[in-house]
Amino acid sequence: MNNPINHVNHEGRKVLAAAENVVKEFKLSGNIRRGDLVVHAITDVSLNIYEGETLAMVGESGCGKSTMGRLFLRLLEPTAGTVRFEGRNLADLGEEELRHLRKQMQIIFQDPYASLNPRMTVAQIIAEPLNTHQVYGSHKETEARVKELMKKVGIRPEFTNRYPHQFSGGQRQRIGIARALALNPKLIVCDEPVSALDVSIQAQILNLLHDLQKEMGLTYLFISHDLSVVRYISDRICVMFLGKLCEVGPTEEIFREPKHPYTRFLLEAVPKPNPHLRKEQKAFLTGEMPSPVKPPSGCRFHTRCPLATERCSQEVPVLRTMAERQVACHMVNP
Amino acid sequence: MMTNLAANRAADRITDIESGIQGAAAQEMLVIKDLKTHFFTQKGVVPAVDGVSIRIPEKQVMGIVGESGCGKSVTAMSILQLISRPGRIVGGSIMLDGEELVGKSVRAMRDIRGDKVSVIFQEPMTSLNPVYTVGRQVSEAITVHRHVGKQEARQQVIEMFKAVGIPEAERRFSSFPHQLSGGLRQRVMIAMAMVCQPKLMIADEPTTALDVTIEAQILHLMRRLEEKSNTSIMLITHNMGVVAEICDFVYVMYAGKVMEQAPVFELFDHTKHPYTKGLLNSIPKPTEEKQRLYNIKGMVPNLLRLPKGCRFSPRCEYAMPECRESEPELYDCGKNHKVRCFLYQKGQGGGADE
Amino acid sequence: MQNSDILTLNNQSLPPDLGLPPAEDIDAELLDNETMWDRIKIMLRKNKLAAASFVVIVLMCLAAAFAPFLTPYEPNKTSLKDRLAPPSREHILGCDELGRDHFTRMLYGTRVSVMIGLLPTSVAMIIGTVLGLMAGFYGGKIDFVIMRLADVVLAFPSLLLAMVVSYTLKGGIISIFLALAAVKWARTARVIRAQTLSMKEKEFVEAARSLGVKKSTIMFRHILPNCLPNLIVLLTLNIPESILDEASLSFLGIGAQPPSTSWGLMVFRCKPFLFEYPWLAIAPGVAILIFVLAFNFLGDGVRDALDPYLKD
Repeated sequence: MNNPINHVNHEGRKVLAAAENVVKEFKLSGNIRRGDLVVHAITDVSLNIYEGETLAMVGESGCGKSTMGRLFLRLLEPTAGTVRFEGRNLADLGEEELRHLRKQMQIIFQDPYASLNPRMTVAQIIAEPLNTHQVYGSHKETEARVKELMKKVGIRPEFTNRYPHQFSGGQRQRIGIARALALNPKLIVCDEPVSALDVSIQAQILNLLHDLQKEMGLTYLFISHDLSVVRYISDRICVMFLGKLCEVGPTEEIFREPKHPYTRFLLEAVPKPNPHLRKEQKAFLTGEMPSPVKPPSGCRFHTRCPLATERCSQEVPVLRTMAERQVACHMVNP
Repeated sequence: MMTNLAANRAADRITDIESGIQGAAAQEMLVIKDLKTHFFTQKGVVPAVDGVSIRIPEKQVMGIVGESGCGKSVTAMSILQLISRPGRIVGGSIMLDGEELVGKSVRAMRDIRGDKVSVIFQEPMTSLNPVYTVGRQVSEAITVHRHVGKQEARQQVIEMFKAVGIPEAERRFSSFPHQLSGGLRQRVMIAMAMVCQPKLMIADEPTTALDVTIEAQILHLMRRLEEKSNTSIMLITHNMGVVAEICDFVYVMYAGKVMEQAPVFELFDHTKHPYTKGLLNSIPKPTEEKQRLYNIKGMVPNLLRLPKGCRFSPRCEYAMPECRESEPELYDCGKNHKVRCFLYQKGQGGGADE
Repeated sequence: MQNSDILTLNNQSLPPDLGLPPAEDIDAELLDNETMWDRIKIMLRKNKLAAASFVVIVLMCLAAAFAPFLTPYEPNKTSLKDRLAPPSREHILGCDELGRDHFTRMLYGTRVSVMIGLLPTSVAMIIGTVLGLMAGFYGGKIDFVIMRLADVVLAFPSLLLAMVVSYTLKGGIISIFLALAAVKWARTARVIRAQTLSMKEKEFVEAARSLGVKKSTIMFRHILPNCLPNLIVLLTLNIPESILDEASLSFLGIGAQPPSTSWGLMVFRCKPFLFEYPWLAIAPGVAILIFVLAFNFLGDGVRDALDPYLKD
């Protein structure tokens, strides 16, 4: 592992999962005239997830953050580059080995309505990971574990025989969390786990995730577009724009002093629940997201960046390390 | 980054809003009185909107906040008279610019919708017809209500497109919805809603489906349009941040009733109702250390089986015996601030506030 | 906001596990508690036409099963003195050209028709479901081969194809059976493939994948149960179609072979007497009509009942 970011001021910490120069492209079948179109979902991303931390991945829709989460779990195969989990290259694993490794990494989804099979009872849903990996010999033990998990996430254990549609959104999200916890995983990818919930329920789920992390020593990759949520839950943040990393660093530092212009716009744009902070002249990010099918040359942000120069449109900025942070921008001086 | 100038202007705004509201009784654009919209389902009557009174003065952005199922969208649909079976408006009145809308014929309503009152929805893709160009769809909004020719309509649409910040308006006129990004589509929807210069524009979660940077653009645009035109905006949202950003006056709804209403600065500075406090405190705040987030226990009640007394009492930390017995009224706390909570009953004053 | 601090402080006294308060649980009981079967039951209670159809279908199936107990006559026993006898007290629907009791023969014919309606359809649907699931789930070459095969089958007029199969197999019930199964799987496969494609993208399938669940388990435990509403609707459409096809094949003389009989064959054999003894051909024809209509009405009802469920 000679990846430069492996040792950024985190010498003592163990890297749980790592992406090394990962590229992911999707082919769209285009028309005959133009041929196949390629969506550049992820371009050359290197990123470490340290054990026990919450790494938040933020960015706007289409920036590739969900794709990145699925690459870490090998629910998608990278087009190029390697993804490692505890040092093992996921691409080298056979189907059985990979199935085995899946015990260690789990995912929680955004939509609590689509992520539970409507035709399975709560008990069946939570027991599925246990049965798949034959964790317990007897039915009784499995049942006891299911009830324990339900208690842990705050669902009454009497409800084992109910179907998902009998629960509210927040409760369903709890069931999804129980399923993800069943095998005592090390890494959980949370893909926008609270975006579909009401504010008051959102707080309940965030607290639950927070408690579980403390109790079980979980590592989260927390994918979200909501910066206030991210600030609450994460230790480190990485900001993505159109398939590339803009900025990586400790949460408080990024919020205090965003270096990349895109991060600054992103923070500025969040509506704050305080009318006194209303700005008559707000700095807006103008223009629209460029297409990932034909990303801009050089820095991908240069078409919308007020600081952009000639160089930005020609030269791709590298992710430079500055103390605990990394920034990919020509205009930021170390 | 807020300059002194901006702070002063913001302060001016407060006084504007306060004095504006007090003196504005004459020019109220929309007056809803004791509106009741119920749904008659097999399992019982669902009082989705249960005695809601709302007034929107001219040239104001009025916000309705609440969680899913609190009746905010049903209120909007009631204004448009678009409640379909098994729902029905069972009581109350809706006066738009002095004109009663409840009981209007289907035909009369069709003339009003899109002309005097228009609406933007959350998901612009589903509100636009994918087989027609956006220009044609917006032109239709004009030609239906105004007697203008095709060319003139086209001209007006292009001007409107420019006003809502659509780049290359002429070229975009003949684009199809799927060729536009989410932000542009929402701008087209706003253009369509504004093109007939309605008295009232209802925006139902207009930015929920958009990214934050685009959300900021759209909110700014709405604020600007409201300042330039004579249109009042009724903004429905669940996001307190959006409310703080652009609203002048706020109604907080819960389970079909208004729980608290106040001018925006008053509401955020002197939050009174426990539910509103809960909503505000549930938002993770930047200054906080990583402690537990506040949350309102439980969830929104099923409208088929509403709790006795105050609807919020089962979830309320301040609930007193009387809260579970009888339902509080909206108590006036001065400064145009009204709260539906026994803590603020006359004579009891302060309560949880201080 | 000083007032918010009070609430934050109060909140900290809550237990750390923050179990949900009972209020939430009580509400869960009020939430929609219907399974697919509940919806069908409710539909049958409300939709009188569908309920009547259901009763008719059940009665006809029972009649077929208990035919020997419902009639004193033998289906194949000829009696020349009763030749072409008109309907009377002894012979409700009269007798055919060989003096066999027409009503008795119709009861026994029901057996063949109902069996043809149910068995090949079920076999075809099982084959079609498995192939459709595989095509949709695996995609690529497997999908291509299965779907082109289905295209070929669907491109032929189904009756013609069934005739070819029947002829090569020298006719008879078994050949009809095979012919219908060979023709009917393709439509099921297409429908199930489409459903599988959309289900495959659902997050709960991705969740199962991330848990390391085996592909076959995902197919049969996660995707198949979610295709059930489509399958039920397909079933109610396919059964009457098979009965009609059998009738057509028998009418053309390549279906059920005498002396065994079916409704289609009876219409065919009584055709020459249509003008003098119209009841002979009309009775089995009406039976076919009623049976097919009943299935269509029931199918419509079931589809309406399950449609909102599919949308959820």
